[in-house]
Amino acid sequence: MELLGFSLPSYGWSTIFGSTISGVFLGSIYALVAVGLTLIYGVLHIINFAHGALLMLAMYAVYFLWNILGIDPYLAMLIVVPGGFAFGYGLQRFIIGKASHGKDEITLLVTLGVAIVIENMALFFFSATERSVRVPYDLDGIDLGVTYAVYPELAALVGSFLITLALWAFMTRTDTGKAIRAVSKERQGAQLVGINVDHIFAVTFGIGVACVAAAASLLVPTYAVHPQIGSLFVLIAFTVVVLGGMGSFVGALVGGFLIGVTEQLGRLYLGESLGVITISVIFIFVLLFRPTGLFGVKAG
Amino acid sequence: MTRDISNKSRRDFIKIAGATTALTATGVFSPFVARAAAPVKIGIVHPVTGWAQYSGSQARFGAQAALKEVNAAGGIKSMGGAMLEAMLGDAQSKPEIGAAEVEKFNEGGASAIVGAYASNICLATTQAAAKHGIPHVVDVGVSDKIVSRGLENTFRFGPGFGAITKAGVESFLAINKAAGSPTKTVAIVNEETTGFGAGIAKIMTKGLAPAGIEVVEVLSHPTPNKDFRNIVLKLKEIDPDVLIPSHYYNEGVLFLRTLQRQKVQPKAIYSVLGGASSQFRFLSEFPDAAQYVMDCNHWFDPKNPAAKALQAKTNAAGLHFNYEVFLAYTAMMFTVDAIERAGSSNRAKIMEAMASSKWSGSIMPYGPTVMDKGQNTGARPLVTQVMGDKINVISPSEYASTSAVFPRPA
Repeated sequence: MELLGFSLPSYGWSTIFGSTISGVFLGSIYALVAVGLTLIYGVLHIINFAHGALLMLAMYAVYFLWNILGIDPYLAMLIVVPGGFAFGYGLQRFIIGKASHGKDEITLLVTLGVAIVIENMALFFFSATERSVRVPYDLDGIDLGVTYAVYPELAALVGSFLITLALWAFMTRTDTGKAIRAVSKERQGAQLVGINVDHIFAVTFGIGVACVAAAASLLVPTYAVHPQIGSLFVLIAFTVVVLGGMGSFVGALVGGFLIGVTEQLGRLYLGESLGVITISVIFIFVLLFRPTGLFGVKAG
Repeated sequence: MTRDISNKSRRDFIKIAGATTALTATGVFSPFVARAAAPVKIGIVHPVTGWAQYSGSQARFGAQAALKEVNAAGGIKSMGGAMLEAMLGDAQSKPEIGAAEVEKFNEGGASAIVGAYASNICLATTQAAAKHGIPHVVDVGVSDKIVSRGLENTFRFGPGFGAITKAGVESFLAINKAAGSPTKTVAIVNEETTGFGAGIAKIMTKGLAPAGIEVVEVLSHPTPNKDFRNIVLKLKEIDPDVLIPSHYYNEGVLFLRTLQRQKVQPKAIYSVLGGASSQFRFLSEFPDAAQYVMDCNHWFDPKNPAAKALQAKTNAAGLHFNYEVFLAYTAMMFTVDAIERAGSSNRAKIMEAMASSKWSGSIMPYGPTVMDKGQNTGARPLVTQVMGDKINVISPSEYASTSAVFPRPA
């Protein structure tokens, strides 16, 4: 097989299909991390550098709930999601919001500071040791012929769809969702009609962190937890958000899958190290033709 | 008033000086005198944050354990019991940060440096230390480039990658022959970011070809790597008899677990510096994935009581007795021996003592220490295999506690 004069390795269809399916699984993880980010980034216009650190913190919470209390990582969602919301609400209302004085550039630095504090505290309290969760269904799954899909991967895939659907329903069907959209479109106008903007900002941030907490529950059975785990996903999640269109949940989901499949096929043909450049190539390519992202709308 | 105080001080001084002289002469104050010797500063640099944080922290523990042992036993005897003082540095898993830490050690007056775990970090730290003439003992970094650049300050007590791979090939051929030579094809999976395993395919191909074994695929990956499904899919398609992985701990865990999840079961997994393959931590966390995995790697002398004592100490600290611990421990002990023989904290004198070292007190299964351009040619690896809840030495025969299970049971 040749591409632009380079000869690429040839693989059987089973390997190519298998790689595509593994790309879908990887994409679902990117989408899970990206949906919370797109809410905060797209709706509030906050570049949340602490997103990866918050993911890591939530993963530790899930790990300790399993390790100390024996709670299954998926059941832990019932605790970490409300906990994540409360933490996110408090973080935005009492730290980020107050410290940034409504200025975007200060917000950016504050979230960066929060990330540094959380990561270093995790290193201090939890040490650098990687911690893995063992669940009884760890190796069980469905044989798809070309590849074997284990239950934790399938759960992440289903979870990414359900979380996206729930967020979409929340934003379009509830009064709070409408208030969030109103604040994102016209902050002063929203204030004039009686919406508490500070409260809505904090609620939005809280929902974003709750999404990250849900993602953490779905990631922990597959990925070991350590203080740097967030950075492994968050940079690609930013790419997914911009690619899908800022503030678009469907965009985050589709963008996640697109990046996941592209990355896996790129790694298959170009090698594990060089293959990741395909993420940047597809990112630039999409933005050249659709500057607002796949599902984004023009501002104003 | 001033006069009174001055008179009193003079009298007190005469009394104290007299008493001190008498007590020192009788040996009562000898510990005090011993501690008064200027401490010898040793830089300990490891990646205790970043992708190699787990292994770096383990290595730091090993180096510090040796240093504490020496101090508890009275310090450097040839220097009047001078204590060793650790200067800790974090390379943050980045070569340039490791080099910056060496600059700090130089300014702080370090007499020697021990570190820095990963090959790419070691390449940077040894080079930075060479600028200032600081002797640097590499603990883990196995890249053969580390000791082939003509740096007079760089020493490695453990074996390098080339020596380990050659020993690995010899042991594998013996194991394969004993099993009736069932291996026809092998595939190599190695890391390519830090470059420790550069050249593995060449050595393997050359070593295995005379036995009629073909290296059918070499699959390289970066470090860190978060997904091994593509590599495992390719392996499924190629279906080699034996897999030879060579990478760091995190990638080792992920690779072996992905093989398990994808139900890929070759006749054997025979690692060369497999990262996770002979790690007690991996065995305790994923005993099923670890079963029958063989590994040609750094391993302590299982018959040495000092090695067992260090193992107990490591376990008591809540850590795992992995190669990072005993290699860093040994590198520090080698450094201490050189300082002891040099009888000085002078960098050049310590370097001379390292170059002419014949040290034999190691907990490793090495022959006599002979330094050739900074590399200890007496160093060698052992081959282990996981069986149940134990990691047994299976080769060479003088250290083996049992024979290899090959091919592994389905």
